[in-house]
Amino acid sequence: MQPENEEELAAIIRGSNGPLRVTGGGTRLYPGEMGGSRLDISAIAGITLYEPEALTLVARAGTPLADIQAALASENQMLAFEPDPRAGSTIGGVAAANASGPRRLSAGACRDAMLGVRFVTGAGEVVKNGGRVMKNVTGYDLVKLMAGSRGKLGALTEIALKTAPVPPARATLSLSGLDDAQTIAAMTTALSGPSDVIGAGRLPDGRVILRLEGLPGSVELRAKALKQMLNSYGDAELTEGDTDFAILRDFAQNVTVPLWRIVLRPSQAAPLLSQLPGRHAVDWGGALIWAEAPPDWMPVLPPGSRATRVVGEAASLPEPDAVTTRLNAGLRTKFDPRGVFGGEA
Amino acid sequence: MEMPAPDTAVIARRDAVAARLRQALGDPAAVITDPVETRAYECDALSAYRCPPLMVVLPSTTEEVSAVLRICSEEGVPVVPRGAGTSLAGGSMPTADAVIVGLARMNKVLEISTDDRLVRVQTGRTNLSVTDAVAGHGFFYAPDPSSQLACAIGGNIAMNSGGAHCLKYGVTTNNLLGATVVLMDGAVVELGGPMGEGQGLDLLGVVCGSEGQLGIVSEAVLRILPQPAGARPVLIAFDSPVTAGACVAAIIRSGVLPVAIEFMDRPCIAATEDFCGAGYPDCEALLIVEVEGTEPEIDEQLFLIRQIAQRFDPLEFRESRSAQESQRIWLGRKSAFGAMGVISDYMCLDGTIPVSQLPHVLGRIAELSQECGLGVANVFHAGDGNMHPLILYDANKPGDLERCEALGADILRLCVEAGGCLTGEHGVGVEKRELMSAQYDPPDLEMQMAVKDVFDPEWMLNAAKVFPLAVSAPRRGQNAA
Ligand SMILES: Cc1cc2nc3c(=O)[nH]c(=O)nc-3n(C[C@H](O)[C@H](O)[C@H](O)COP(=O)(O)OP(=O)(O)OC[C@H]3O[C@@H](n4cnc5c(N)ncnc54)[C@H](O)[C@@H]3O)c2cc1C
Repeated sequence: MQPENEEELAAIIRGSNGPLRVTGGGTRLYPGEMGGSRLDISAIAGITLYEPEALTLVARAGTPLADIQAALASENQMLAFEPDPRAGSTIGGVAAANASGPRRLSAGACRDAMLGVRFVTGAGEVVKNGGRVMKNVTGYDLVKLMAGSRGKLGALTEIALKTAPVPPARATLSLSGLDDAQTIAAMTTALSGPSDVIGAGRLPDGRVILRLEGLPGSVELRAKALKQMLNSYGDAELTEGDTDFAILRDFAQNVTVPLWRIVLRPSQAAPLLSQLPGRHAVDWGGALIWAEAPPDWMPVLPPGSRATRVVGEAASLPEPDAVTTRLNAGLRTKFDPRGVFGGEA
Repeated sequence: MEMPAPDTAVIARRDAVAARLRQALGDPAAVITDPVETRAYECDALSAYRCPPLMVVLPSTTEEVSAVLRICSEEGVPVVPRGAGTSLAGGSMPTADAVIVGLARMNKVLEISTDDRLVRVQTGRTNLSVTDAVAGHGFFYAPDPSSQLACAIGGNIAMNSGGAHCLKYGVTTNNLLGATVVLMDGAVVELGGPMGEGQGLDLLGVVCGSEGQLGIVSEAVLRILPQPAGARPVLIAFDSPVTAGACVAAIIRSGVLPVAIEFMDRPCIAATEDFCGAGYPDCEALLIVEVEGTEPEIDEQLFLIRQIAQRFDPLEFRESRSAQESQRIWLGRKSAFGAMGVISDYMCLDGTIPVSQLPHVLGRIAELSQECGLGVANVFHAGDGNMHPLILYDANKPGDLERCEALGADILRLCVEAGGCLTGEHGVGVEKRELMSAQYDPPDLEMQMAVKDVFDPEWMLNAAKVFPLAVSAPRRGQNAA
């Protein structure tokens, strides 16, 4: 089913008993999400408002991510978070997945750039929340609730986003030959200083990469200071641009074996890295680990951390506590009283 | 302003409830029933509306908060959470049948982890003292409401507070990684996690900004940032507020990212000059733009900002060359509210508009002000369109307050029509409750109330706030019945 507009979508949902799987490009369905009739949002598309001078863009949910990135690029702007650009993915899918790349460390996640939403609930009711301004505390922030809700609360139809100017200059510093503990320590040192490091990770080839952005003179000065600050970790190599960060951002996109996404405190990362069975990448200064693993492998998680297998068979660790489970389930029932939206709890 | 009638049955059981609470907390001084002492809690910073609470309870730990809520829930007693009481929207104003749960004793720092760049605190701790706790490590907590000396982290979370520097660093929700929340039935839940990611839905995101209606936040994990090398403001003066507004938009677009862009218009400048003599130029509007970095980085950014400003023929471009000069540039802005208070009674609005609408909205506010016959002074965070029009009136003149309220409502509706919203940082509380329908349709409000149903099914927590009274009546009714 592929409704052309919000009213049609609402009518379909009202007339259905489910299970429905709301999809954009279908490029980021987690394992276990493929069931149900596809409710394809991709025809509800188009940028409805773009005000570069106010740093805001509003688009219908089915708008291809690529179209939005092209529109922004024409005004020398970008999305402040950094979703990987997999072909066919839609802004609704990005929002529903809270897809956020390496810049999350400094610029925040997709949810932090979402200013407002429209969506259709499981009862077929059209609801809006938030707006298109940077500061808004009018009522509850359902925008955050919809971000990352993966089609379980409602079908997003429109999203207002904060945009960002493209920084005039970018540079990447890289360090080679560091072990797990040194990797985390080097990133922590970089992120604890005044250099305004806006990305920090480690590529599967073992190189630790740090990103700087801003006005050209400033980037040059900070790169020098940062190199100095890190000299006990070796001689950092400086390159212009951020090609390495594109590789890091896109790592999970091209994986075919089972892949885990692990979020933890950076101070917990080194011991976990040492137990990984295969190729992996580190992002967010040590707070995110993408890890390839054999199908039967399970991570041993430090307290407070979380892991989800995003390719392969569905798995999520640890189980949420009873109160969180009750709140999640309660909200799903309110937004989708008849339970038409399929998918995991 | 209307509040629901208090539940007389609850009031009649006051002593029995107080006895249970005293027993649970162990410390008799943690439960205040003396009417002389509870008077200190009868209002917040929206002092026009007052009501002494049934009693005040001051827990010291999450466990105590849990015990208090469980008892109140069993006894059917409404609860109003309170941080420092600096809400400008009446958010922590009590009703006569409500227990105030004050977090003032809960001010401990529980953990500082510079490796993870976070701090964990009890939520009665004041905003500024969080930064004080980590400053020695070279870090700071970014959200900086003007009330930061007094207001508590719990209130900041409930109101999703912002400050002058949120243009670069975001507001509370962008700097909150986790929270310990006590639900009305006493259940304790940890929300968020590493990088703020929780399990399943973003419950932390919806608790932040929920104005104390979903649960009491007893502990918070906050993101801390390394202190910048330095900061410097410039003052740019214009012969028209519209030009100043256009200059703001041009700076935002350019790719320099100031940490703050503040705006003041002539009435406001005149008042602050009389009040503190900051030495501001004679002009129709001025901007204070602050940038951060090392000295050469600051120079580079200011060079660009000067180039942009030049296109708008500024009357003056005053660059600070010393700490004292920086202080003087900020002095007038920081004294603005106090200065206006000296010359007149005023009502401070808090609407947000798209930055592109600044010229239009400023023009329209001037027209509305003229039609209504009350002066309006403007001072605000221009970088993100969060306006604070101050309506000047005479509290002693019959009819003035009503005219002032009517003009205030007109201006907020104007903000919504211009694509903005009713409140950018102060919250809805009781103050803007009835205006919610100007921004949200019935299904929008219904969905928000459904969220409260999940967290607080009996509508016991701060229930007569945020939603228009008539709209929330059926739900609050359950509780009374
Ligand atoms: C002079 C002045 C300047 C101000 N400037 C700004 C500004 O620049 N930016 C800004 O955003 N605000 C500003 N404010 C408004 C106010 O300071 C903020 O809303 C602040 O966050 C309130 O904090 P508080 O601790 O005083 O909360 P309170 O007034 O005690 O409570 C506010 C709300 O939060 C709830 N609450 C309090 N603690 C908790 C908790 N632990 N758990 C759950 N709910 C809780 C209360 O029930 C109430 O609804 C200003 C106020 C004043 C008086």
